[in-house]
Amino acid sequence: MTLPVFLTNVFYGLALAMNMFVIASGLNLIFGVLRVINFAHGMFYMFGAYFMFTVTKSWGAPFIVGVLAAGAGLAAIALVIERFLLRRLYGKEHLMQLLFTFAIVLLMSDAAKMIWGTDQYSVGYPPSLRGAVQLGPTIVPQYLVFLCAAGPMIAVAMWLAVDRTRWGRIVRAATQDREMLAALGVNVPMVYAMVFTIGSALAGIGGALAAPRIALAPGMDATIINECFIIVIIGGLGHLWGSFLGALAFGFVVQFGTILVPNWQDVLPYLLMLSVLLIRPWGLLGRPELSR
Amino acid sequence: MSELIVDAIHTSYGLSQVLFGVSLEVRQGECVALIGRNGVGKTTTIRSIIGLTPPRQGRVMWKGRDISKLPAYRICQAGIGFVPEDRRIFPELSVWENLDIARRPGVWGEAEVFALFPDLAGIRDRRGGVLSGGQQQMLTIARTLMGNPELLLLDEPSEGLAPLIVEQLRDKVGQLKARGLSIVLAEQNLEFVMALADRVYILEKGEVRYTGTPADLRANDGIVKQYLTV
Repeated sequence: MTLPVFLTNVFYGLALAMNMFVIASGLNLIFGVLRVINFAHGMFYMFGAYFMFTVTKSWGAPFIVGVLAAGAGLAAIALVIERFLLRRLYGKEHLMQLLFTFAIVLLMSDAAKMIWGTDQYSVGYPPSLRGAVQLGPTIVPQYLVFLCAAGPMIAVAMWLAVDRTRWGRIVRAATQDREMLAALGVNVPMVYAMVFTIGSALAGIGGALAAPRIALAPGMDATIINECFIIVIIGGLGHLWGSFLGALAFGFVVQFGTILVPNWQDVLPYLLMLSVLLIRPWGLLGRPELSR
Repeated sequence: MSELIVDAIHTSYGLSQVLFGVSLEVRQGECVALIGRNGVGKTTTIRSIIGLTPPRQGRVMWKGRDISKLPAYRICQAGIGFVPEDRRIFPELSVWENLDIARRPGVWGEAEVFALFPDLAGIRDRRGGVLSGGQQQMLTIARTLMGNPELLLLDEPSEGLAPLIVEQLRDKVGQLKARGLSIVLAEQNLEFVMALADRVYILEKGEVRYTGTPADLRANDGIVKQYLTV
């Protein structure tokens, strides 16, 4: 492998990682606070990508409008699901929540077929980001440079929000003792609704950002949800920077795996997860769960 | 007029009923103690008032309004502060963060709370989970004060603390009372109660068995033997 090829692959791995991080960070946030494993997160991602297609291709709106529409659209869908349905399942056993979110997957999957059919779509890079960038000895698409910048920006924004604002302190307190927080005057159900909405909006935005670099078709939700789980588990459940590291590991393993051992490409992410869990069962940055 | 009237409440955890028609009153600025052995319903009475375990029957009136159907956060916002028995500090949050999330407008803020509990000011960046029992007890009271309650529900504040710390704590609660806070104090430590309470309610098996002043209680050794001595 020559240096330019190597660098190109590092870069593509990074772009993939950052796109995955945006999606996985939403799943991670929701699990960290609500303790709900949201199987529908992949479907939210797919809807985000389809929203991008409709808004930019069918309506001809600019790329940024597509991203915002995907975020807002998924936020609205999530808010309805949380307020009327999911809210009843907090504190119930995980199996109930899994079945429920799986039911959401089935419903939304049929809804997607009714709205967009089963054709394959593509969105293409936005006109303002269609060029190429010289990066040392290699040339890479501008759009992927944009993705590489968007990931860390979202990571830092989330970290600031959770770590440095009063709202973030309340969210962290909600993960630790919901009842006590309520007795201190905090409307915890509203905090939960906001977290679920924001986490789901991230899936939508992640889907919108992915749309220009992938093919849009039914079933695209199924792979992404597995990959998101792998990333979140590698990094440590509920840990923001863990998901960031998990996404990086995932991106590089997939990118280089595809080049070096193409026959193994589907297995590699699982091997990655397996090897991390063998050494650190609680993930890269997670902490062993204390018995309560 | 009484600020808080608990009117014949029946409270259960699932199928097991704990309170059988408990009634009590707290007037403004008064410290009322709930005493009795373990498991007689002191904690449940307090949880019923704050709305964490709402009563199945009966009413809780706060300033003339029935609050027994309200969620806990609304009861807190109405001016009732809850200090739980097991302190329930958020372990992953720092001392300051624990205070900040409970902040509601009013006279009590960081400065006032740190003035009352100077020890907390020195450890404001320490994580809640690593504090000593005494520090946690100070913090849990300070945290509730940040919400500027008019009535403080104190559940077993002296439990598990060294005698010297208990003495300090009694002094602090006395200061709160002197500043006009109404207090409901569930407590096993009779000395602690005698020093602070204006009136006491003795509970047994989920019912109020005796009401009187600490002086009445002191004069009546039989009552103490019957309901309190192990």
